[in-house]
Amino acid sequence: MSYYVEMRDVNKHFGSFQASKNINFGIERGKLIGLLGPSGSGKTTILRMLAGLETADSGDIIIDGKIVNDVPASRRGIGFVFQNYALFRYLTVYENIAFGLKVQKWSKQDIKNRVEEMLELVGLAGLGNRYPNQLSGGQRQRVAFARALAPQPQLLLLDEPFAAVDAKVRQELRNWLREMIRTVGVTSIFVTHDQDEAIEVADEIIITNHGQIEQIGTPTEIYKHPTTPFVAQFIGQSSIIEDFSRFKGFQNVKNAQRAVVRPEYISVTKQGEPLKYPITVEQGVVEQSLFRGNEMELKIRVKGTQLTAKRLLDEAPIAVGETVNVFIYRMYAFDETNAYVVENVSLSSPDSIVI
Amino acid sequence: MKEHHNHAVQRILIALSAVFLTVMLIFPLVYVIVTAFREGIAPYWNAVTDEYAVKSILLTVQVTVITVVFNTVFGLFAAWTITKFRFRGKKIISTLIDLPLTVSPIIAGLIFVLTFGRQSALYPFLQNAGIKIIYAVPGIVLATIFVTFPFVSREIIPVLTAAGSSEEEAAALMGANGFTIFRRVTFPHIKWALLYGIVLCTARAMGEFGAVSVLSGHLRGKTNTMPLYVELLYQGYDFTGAFAISSILVVMAIAVLVLRSILEYRGKKSEEQS
Repeated sequence: MSYYVEMRDVNKHFGSFQASKNINFGIERGKLIGLLGPSGSGKTTILRMLAGLETADSGDIIIDGKIVNDVPASRRGIGFVFQNYALFRYLTVYENIAFGLKVQKWSKQDIKNRVEEMLELVGLAGLGNRYPNQLSGGQRQRVAFARALAPQPQLLLLDEPFAAVDAKVRQELRNWLREMIRTVGVTSIFVTHDQDEAIEVADEIIITNHGQIEQIGTPTEIYKHPTTPFVAQFIGQSSIIEDFSRFKGFQNVKNAQRAVVRPEYISVTKQGEPLKYPITVEQGVVEQSLFRGNEMELKIRVKGTQLTAKRLLDEAPIAVGETVNVFIYRMYAFDETNAYVVENVSLSSPDSIVI
Repeated sequence: MKEHHNHAVQRILIALSAVFLTVMLIFPLVYVIVTAFREGIAPYWNAVTDEYAVKSILLTVQVTVITVVFNTVFGLFAAWTITKFRFRGKKIISTLIDLPLTVSPIIAGLIFVLTFGRQSALYPFLQNAGIKIIYAVPGIVLATIFVTFPFVSREIIPVLTAAGSSEEEAAALMGANGFTIFRRVTFPHIKWALLYGIVLCTARAMGEFGAVSVLSGHLRGKTNTMPLYVELLYQGYDFTGAFAISSILVVMAIAVLVLRSILEYRGKKSEEQS
């Protein structure tokens, strides 16, 4: 398979700090990729090396089949959206979008047509004469996007594109950005520390931690089949369980000690409510009950371990201190290097239902 | 109760500042003007239009212009280098730029005498090339540049630091060259700070005494700047002359201050707009 963007054994140090360790990945043309990881995990460094704003200590960066290690940022033809947009404060929206075109010596008429086309595309027609500080956060983001796309780059890089806008606008912008990138069809890579964002927006996710790539995969793969302990714990709202074979339904798993479990794999029922798999149900005491707006979040102590579970608002309410039935469908067991899925035995052996 | 208390403190502080400024600044300035005109307009006019006085004024203007042009260019380069690049020894350079603010101007003058004077290893070369630095105008210019060179860069560095470099990076990624980036992205940011630095540099260059005094040799009509000429007249008990020339320096200083205030006002206004 031929990749459009590739990194091969890339390393990068800042002084004694190693920001990137043996980075290897390939991205196909037209894909929308999320670079996900906690702060300081090296995701922005990867993006800046692709753009040419940082140089790699070793390894190759390949774009469209050419090694670009020695190509300066200005000649890579990459669109870049900065975290705080980095709009030119002293230029109007129009001039901001026209900047790259002027540098490339487009004709006046072409520039005018292109800028207006871009303004139309991002839904800011008529705002060309405004200055960046006269725009809302969401509008600025759109201008940054239009400016990056105006010179028709083959690759678009976005550094935490939603970090600087408030929660409601962020949700809106995510959908907008995904649609926009699909429409334009440009290969794009965005950096984020927000897993919901990555899972919702990206075709493929690259997870970084401590300067290394942990896992590459589609959101579904990442979510359902984490391959490293870090990913298992990082994705979802995970509770860690020590010595998980104590739990009913998981006694037979031998080759790992620890596991993580996510709220969506736990079903909580009140005493007396019907049970689907009664034989592998555990009892737990509710320690905390939090109203989350669209659901209730429960902290339940089961066999000495606190688990987080969810319950719908229209189900019978559960009080703090109440003893409830807890059924765990699935866990992610992990050892030092690997993570894998373990399922409650009741799910695979129909006999247990009969009993 | 608390409000009232604050009010009192505020009044006392304002009063103290007013008294301090009056005694330390306004009163001496008024005194300079009054003494200059003590004997009437004619002696004042004679003192100011004296051949040597005019020459000293012209020399001061000449030195100031050269200094300001040099320091503006240097200040821009220094500020740009320090804020936009990561390199070894950056801290040292940044500290060295402040050196003239901490070294006594007399010492600065002596440093140049030692570097370019008779006892220096450079002296024979300069002599052969026919370049005269000590006790000549180039020496005065050098000394003034040395004493005033932090002013422009020190004004720009904080502004550039606050602005960060992402706008420049964005421009560079779009293929803009260094000059275009400076002209269209960086310069609008630092415009007011730069002008402000130039004004401060001008004010300081006009009034520089210590370093220039060591290097000039006090040749009347040749290497006497205004401050040196004032001292010369003062030492000769020509108080009217000394204060008359001083009054011109004062007027120049006030002009620069007014210019500064206008710049500050317009800078703030443009910041509010943008």
